[in-house]
Order: sequence, then structure tokens, then C-alpha cells
Amino acid sequence: MAALGTSPSTLTDAADVIALLVLLSEFAMLRSSLSRSQVRLYGFQSLCVSVLAGFVAATQHIGELYGLMGLSFVLKVIVVPMVILRLVREVRVDVTASHRLGVATMVLLAIVLSVFGVFVVGRLPVHSHSLPILALGLAAAVILVAFLLVIVRNDVVSQAIGFFSLENGVSVASLVLAAGLPLIVEVAFLFDLLVAVVVFGLLMRVHQGRSRTLSTRALDRLRG
Amino acid sequence: MGAILVAILVAPFVVSLACLKVPLVVAKALSLVSGAASFGLAVALVPSHEVTTALSGWLRVDALSVVFLVAVTFLYAATAVFAVGYIQPGGGAAEVRYSRRFFAGLNLFAWAMAMTPIVNGLALLWVAVEVTTVVSALLVAIGDTDGAAEAAWKYVLIASMGLGIALLATMFMYYAGSTVLGGSYELFYSRLLGAAPRFPPEIVRLSFGLAVLGFGTKMGLVPVHTWLPDAHSEAPTPVSALLSGALLTVSFYAILRFYQVTVRAIGPAFPRDVLLVFGLASLVLAALYLASQRDLKRLLGYSSIEHMGILAIGMSFSAPIAIVGVLLHVLAHAAAKSTAFFGAGNVIRKFGTKDMDRIQGAVGALPLSGPMFLLAILALSAMPPFGIFRSEFLIVEGGLSTRATALSAVLIVLVTLAFFGLSWYASQTLLTPTSDSVAPGEVSPWMAGSMVLGLLALVVLGVHPPAQLSGLLERAAAELGARR
Repeated sequence: MAALGTSPSTLTDAADVIALLVLLSEFAMLRSSLSRSQVRLYGFQSLCVSVLAGFVAATQHIGELYGLMGLSFVLKVIVVPMVILRLVREVRVDVTASHRLGVATMVLLAIVLSVFGVFVVGRLPVHSHSLPILALGLAAAVILVAFLLVIVRNDVVSQAIGFFSLENGVSVASLVLAAGLPLIVEVAFLFDLLVAVVVFGLLMRVHQGRSRTLSTRALDRLRG
Repeated sequence: MGAILVAILVAPFVVSLACLKVPLVVAKALSLVSGAASFGLAVALVPSHEVTTALSGWLRVDALSVVFLVAVTFLYAATAVFAVGYIQPGGGAAEVRYSRRFFAGLNLFAWAMAMTPIVNGLALLWVAVEVTTVVSALLVAIGDTDGAAEAAWKYVLIASMGLGIALLATMFMYYAGSTVLGGSYELFYSRLLGAAPRFPPEIVRLSFGLAVLGFGTKMGLVPVHTWLPDAHSEAPTPVSALLSGALLTVSFYAILRFYQVTVRAIGPAFPRDVLLVFGLASLVLAALYLASQRDLKRLLGYSSIEHMGILAIGMSFSAPIAIVGVLLHVLAHAAAKSTAFFGAGNVIRKFGTKDMDRIQGAVGALPLSGPMFLLAILALSAMPPFGIFRSEFLIVEGGLSTRATALSAVLIVLVTLAFFGLSWYASQTLLTPTSDSVAPGEVSPWMAGSMVLGLLALVVLGVHPPAQLSGLLERAAAELGARR
């Protein structure tokens, strides 16, 4: 935090608030019952991550990060939600996502996981120049809640969104830990994400074509 | 030498694209040539005592990389032979299109896996492993059955989440490096290894734990193995062979790269404990599950989990001889498991089912591939004179030499338990009397012929590994921090 001053300034506060918004949108995704609103929440979360990347680029004067911000904006805020929303629109059936646990239990579990993430990671000896350490804790919380989301929701849209939001959590962590990571690597990550979107989209379509539903309840043949 | 790396990086990719356009016969021929050529090029790297680099340092191959590159390219070549017989489309346009797509996918998958040990640096390593996931998920789904769709979905979801964790591990390692090397540096192995002794230990520990969990998901370590038996049983057989023999091992390679840095930074105690926990859990669970399978390919899938557990335990002994054993095991397992999957492919084609209750007397029905399948199962169970016997012997010897006597005994007991399960089911399907309704005869000479390659390699590794290969394994073990 050396570059931002040792006492909490308005800038670090702003960064913390954005990181907190990322976590809150993860919570909202966890409990939202419509697939469509889940996808929109993901778009909002990605927007926050892009803003955070822009914030780091501006305060740290890392020109490459602007490029990264632009790419991640196009991919995560526009392309991914568009692909998934189109799929949801085409299917027309069961747009309401389903969960295995009650909403209250889910949210309670998510709170426990977040507290764990924030406090455990907060104790790590990490001194970042780009963002406050709290952002790293929040990123860890996002990742843990994303796992919960994938585990307790049983429709392919939620599970795919869970994976993509995990990627968002990792992105926030990378802004704290590795803001100076060479651009070529970052571009490779984003390219990977793009391919992942294609794969997820394709498999969702295959699943929907075979079982006429987006629910994963039918996926129980293979066990043992 | 650098040109070899570029060739391995370019050839399968170009062949993959070509497969989509050219007639099927040409696609098959191209795949065969590309597989054999890649293997030949990889073998040409074996005697080299130097680190080979190319493309201004972005490609880099040391002894450790060559071991895995040889394993991957050998499987590529053998699988290409098997696939030529396995893919025999009827006249329909849809079937021909499927076959072309299949060969394109196969070459692309092999390309991605060959890329993994060639690229330089933890970041590109992660990217390469991610590419293997993407390609292989599509190949698992290519059969377009309910089972394939389910297996592919589970695989892509679980493996991608695991790789998300692996990415986090890479970030933490980058951060650990940036405390010494300053911001914005490339994650090249040589730079990381040079600076590793000054890395902050807590961060390195966290990074290694996350890396084992993340890449372990793709390697099939318990408890993050759950996609593995499904994907192995539902994928087309050539893909299963590549998944088991090559994909799991390149994920192990990724863990070894983290191990290398971690050992330099904080010593072998912590990585040893982590690998031991995952390895033991894998071995115990696989040994138990092997005793209760009905699906032939699932059986082999659980056998893969068992062998990945052995690899992890072997690393946890951290004696030089055990590490040489682990690296030999990588090669021997690749040969044995692919041969076993090819055998299973022959049996499944012949009997039209994967259900072992309905397969009787495969040795009688398949005069060549039946007995070879039996030999492959014996090789997997670490019977002499095959390579796995030698490698497991070295691992146990390493365990005894570091006074991990109890652990070595547990290892032997669990491996024996796995042997019972594997050989019990295999003998039930193979050695029972053949029913009269099945006419004896091979399905395809290519499918039977591919098994000869694997068995040959296993005998060579088991009876007398070439001196240059032994030298390579020892150099690779030294790179992993094993000191005599």
C-alpha cells in the first residue's frame, strides 16, 4: 500500500467499495432465482472488475492495464452475457434457476465462507502496491462463494455463471498480486476465457438438445 | 535443436487444420506421419545434455520436459495407429464429417499436450493446460450420446474450476517472485529457480498447496478426481487412452514445476506432506473402487487414479532413486494404460458393450488383441518383465532408503489390493469360455497393431532401459532437486 499512502485515503476506500460490489453481486447471483437476472448480475460484476482494472491502471500508471481493461470489458460485460442470454431466450423453458438448499441456508453458508476468506487471506504477508489487501480477501471470498454457487445450484446456466464469476474473483486477486504481469500472459488468459465461453455454450446447447431442459437433475447416470 | 521444438509445436497443429479439409484417407495418413514424426523428434532430444530453447526463450526444454514430451508423443503416435482402425465410417456424409472432426480434434489435443512441457514459464504452462481442457472436453462430447454429454459437462466444469485455482496458485507464485525480481517480469523457470531461495515462505507454501489442488483436479487426485471415471468411460477409446496416459501426466508435470520452485524456496518437507496426503487418498480410494466396477473403461479409469496416487507418493519419498522411479513410471504408465485402453477398445467393438457382465471369453474371441490386453493388465499390475514393475520397485526402494518403511509397506499393500480388483475383473471378461455366438477374429489389424507398440515399449523399459534414457531420467531427477 506504500504507493497509496499508509493511511486509508479516499482512493483506497473507493477501490475497497468496488471490490465489495464484486462480492455483493456474487451473493446476488447466488440467491437470484431467474437465470436472466443472474446473467445480468454477472455482467455487472464484470463491469466492476473492469473499473477496478482501470483504477489500478490510472493510479499505478500501467498503460498495458488499459488494454486489458478494454478487452475484459468487451469479453465479460458484452460477449459472455450475450451468448448466455441468447441461449436462455432460445430455450424458453425453465428460466427459473433451481437450488438444492433454502435461500437462507445458502446465504448463511456464503457469509461464513466470505468471513473465512476475508480474515484468513487478510493475515497473509502480502504488500501490494496496486490495491489494498482487503481486496485480496474479498477476491478470496468471491472465489469461495462461486464454488458454493456451482455446488448448490443445479442448472447449467448457474453452473457456467459460477465458473465465470470464479474467473472474476481470480481477476481481482491478480490485480492485487500481479498488476504488473506481462500483457501477453493476460491476453492469453482472456483468449482462454473466450474459448471457454465457446465450450460452455456448446455443451449447454448439447445438454439442452438432449434432455430438453437446462437442469442438471438428469445428469445422474454416471456414478460409482 | 531449437528447430525441433518449433516443429513439434507447428506440425500437429497444421495437420489438425488440414484434417478438416482433406479426404479421410489423407487425414489418417497425415495423423500417422505427424504422430510418428513428433515421437521421433522427441526421442532426438533425449541424448541432449543442454537446455534447448527457441523463439527467444518462450520455448524451453530441459531433461524433465523431455521425459514428458517423450510420453506424450509416444501416445500420440500409438493412438494415431489405433484411431486409423477405430474410425471406419460407413458411407453417410454425416459419418465422414464426424470422422474428419475426430481426427482434427485428436491432432489438436496431442498438439496442446505436447505444448505443455515445451513452453517456458508457469503462466504459459497454465495456458497450455487450459487449452488441453478445452480441446479434450469437446472430444469427450463428440460421441453425442447422453452419457458423453453428461461426462463432458462434469469434466469441463470441474476441470475449469480446478484450473481457476491453479491460476490463483500461479498469481501467488508471481507475487512471491515479484518480491525479489521486481514487478513485471516473465515467469520463466530459470529466473524463478534462481531467485526461489529468497521467496517469502508463506506465499510459496500457499501457492504450492493451491497448485496441487488445482492441477491435481486434472491429474485425477482424490478428492478432486470425480470427473475422471466418467470422462474416461464415455469418451471415444482413442481419446480415453490420451486422457489417461498423457493428459493426467502433463497435469502432473505442471505440479512438478511448482514442486521444483517450492523445494528450492522452502525445502522438501512441506511439498512432501501435501503430495503424500493426496497420493495416499487417491491410492486408497482407487484400490477400493477397483474392486467394484462393472464398466470396463471405468475400471481402467480408476486404475489411472491409482497410478497418479503412486506418482504423488513416489514424489513424497523425495529420495533420488524414488524420483527416478516416478519419472520412469510416467513413461511406463503411459505405455501400459494406452495399451490397456486399446485392448478395451478392441473388446468393446467386438462385443458391442462396455458392461463386463456381458463380455465373456475375450481371449478366445480376439486371438491377438485378447492376450495382449491380458498382458497389458498384468503390466499395469506391476508384473515383471514390464516397465511398471521396475518403476514401482525403484519407488519402494526409495521409500525404504529414506526410512519411510511403514509408508512403503502401505504402498505395497494398496497396490496389491488394486491388483486383485483389476485382475479379478479382467480375468472374468478375458479368460472365461467364449460363447459360440461370437466368431473368433480381430476387429481391425490397426487396432491390434497399436497394442504391439505399447507392449514393446513396456518390455524395453522393464528389461533394459537404454543408457541414454536412464541418463535422461537421472538428469531430470537432479533438476527436481534430488541430490545424491
